[in-house]
Amino acid sequence: MTASFRPFASMSDVLGAPAWVSAAAPAQRVVDEAISKVCLQDITLRYKTNGSELLALDRINLQVKAGEFLCIVGPSGCGKSTLLHLIAGLQQPTSGTVLIDGQPVHAPGTDRILIFQELGLFPWLTVAQNVEFGVKMKGIPRAERKLKAGYYLRLVQLSQFAESCIHQLSGGMRQRVALARALATEPDVLLMDEPFAALDAQTRDLLHDELERIWEETGRTIIFVTHNVREAARLGDRVALFTFRPGRIKREILVEVPRPRQMEDVNVTQCAKGILDDLREEINKSLEQEYKLRP
Amino acid sequence: MKSVARQTAFYALILGVWFLIARLRIWPPYLFPPPQAVLQALWAGFADHSFWIAIAVSMKRIAIGYALSVVIGIVLGLGMATSKFLEQTLGGLMVSLQSLPSICWLPMAVLWFGLSEKAILFVVVMGSVLSVTISMETGRKQMPKIYAMAGRNLGAHGLKLFLFVLFPASLPYLLTGLKQGWAFAWRSLIAGEMIFVSLGLGQLLMMGRDLNDMSQVIAVMILIIAIGFLIDGLVFSSIERRLQCKWGLTPAT
Repeated sequence: MTASFRPFASMSDVLGAPAWVSAAAPAQRVVDEAISKVCLQDITLRYKTNGSELLALDRINLQVKAGEFLCIVGPSGCGKSTLLHLIAGLQQPTSGTVLIDGQPVHAPGTDRILIFQELGLFPWLTVAQNVEFGVKMKGIPRAERKLKAGYYLRLVQLSQFAESCIHQLSGGMRQRVALARALATEPDVLLMDEPFAALDAQTRDLLHDELERIWEETGRTIIFVTHNVREAARLGDRVALFTFRPGRIKREILVEVPRPRQMEDVNVTQCAKGILDDLREEINKSLEQEYKLRP
Repeated sequence: MKSVARQTAFYALILGVWFLIARLRIWPPYLFPPPQAVLQALWAGFADHSFWIAIAVSMKRIAIGYALSVVIGIVLGLGMATSKFLEQTLGGLMVSLQSLPSICWLPMAVLWFGLSEKAILFVVVMGSVLSVTISMETGRKQMPKIYAMAGRNLGAHGLKLFLFVLFPASLPYLLTGLKQGWAFAWRSLIAGEMIFVSLGLGQLLMMGRDLNDMSQVIAVMILIIAIGFLIDGLVFSSIERRLQCKWGLTPAT
């Protein structure tokens, strides 16, 4: 297990090894088969919306291994973002448990950091201060904080923007700040909620490469929510396909395409096509339901 | 450059007209003094330290009173933003109390606290706490929910969440209230000092009346305006500018 948390070595050679990283660890991603990092047991969530009750998530069972990159796809409104909020501990399920390393979670914790779709960067802080924020909340001393922030800013290639204000950055750069801010707390699990949905295609491709690289460097477990099937096939070790209302897991697909991958790879496209056929069914269902509501 | 020239010309014109009217001697000089008499009064006031003392006393009062109302206002505003009960009870009361001129609290203050510093502080706090409270409430309510969520997600909770996330996130909204609260506090203080309290700028103003000394009255009025203007320009405007630059509310220059 611990092996997966110190694989900075190869990046460290380039960036200068930070003091807290053991440089002896081999630069390889270790997927620990024995223990599931994240385990969702019978997660059910009901909403009450003006009188009627909505079943948003219906008995979700899902296991994510340490160091795994899991993508969740589904039509919009299927509750996939909500599931991330549940794992992050920002919301409580109606029934069922979220286990991290076998321990149930009830509150937010820095062992699992969520990158919101809207990012939620703090405009009153500089880029570096944003990256430092989670580290500061952990009560880590100033000197070490600066060191960590500097390291992760280099990792996302934003060192020269450390003192910039958030509003001065482009969309892709903000995305990277959010990634660095999440990584700086050194969470075991990174939860990403459609992080690249609002970006142009070139920037997104670039960030895909970067995310894949950083994931391999840091060995984090990533749960990545998207509505873009090709993005899921490009990034994920495994893809979980959600049904439309109530959200259930319809199918799990192993993506056995060797890395590094490209969005245009034939294998990626083919894998995406298979998932897309299933997803279409769900999208049609969601559309049907939407039209049924309108007389 | 053009606007500076315009402003200079405008004030020069006022001074000139004032000088001429005083020169005509329609009214006796103790009722309508010429500008140079006011200047003399200003000089004399600073020379015999009476203005310095008055400024120091008034500034100390406003510092304590304003600090109190900022703390109370932030706590009340946060309470009203988080509790439906407080919002519906205290919120309505706050809005209705806003229509009460702050000097109306003075009789109550005198009865409760006597002719003391406490009474004047009470008036200052009552005059400014409402603006701070209401702006803190709107700030907390209108700030995007994502900030609080992101803060909690990154491990901030309780006091840390307030200090490092909720407070800075609501600052753009809160600043309006802080500014307005300052203006109200300043006015309440002067009004209160005029009526009863020893020392302070308000009392100096009334002393000018008692002595039939219009030069001193105008000199003290100028002082009151200048101090209010300086605090607004030096403190609040610079905070505002820094905030706007950082948040990108106006193009950074």
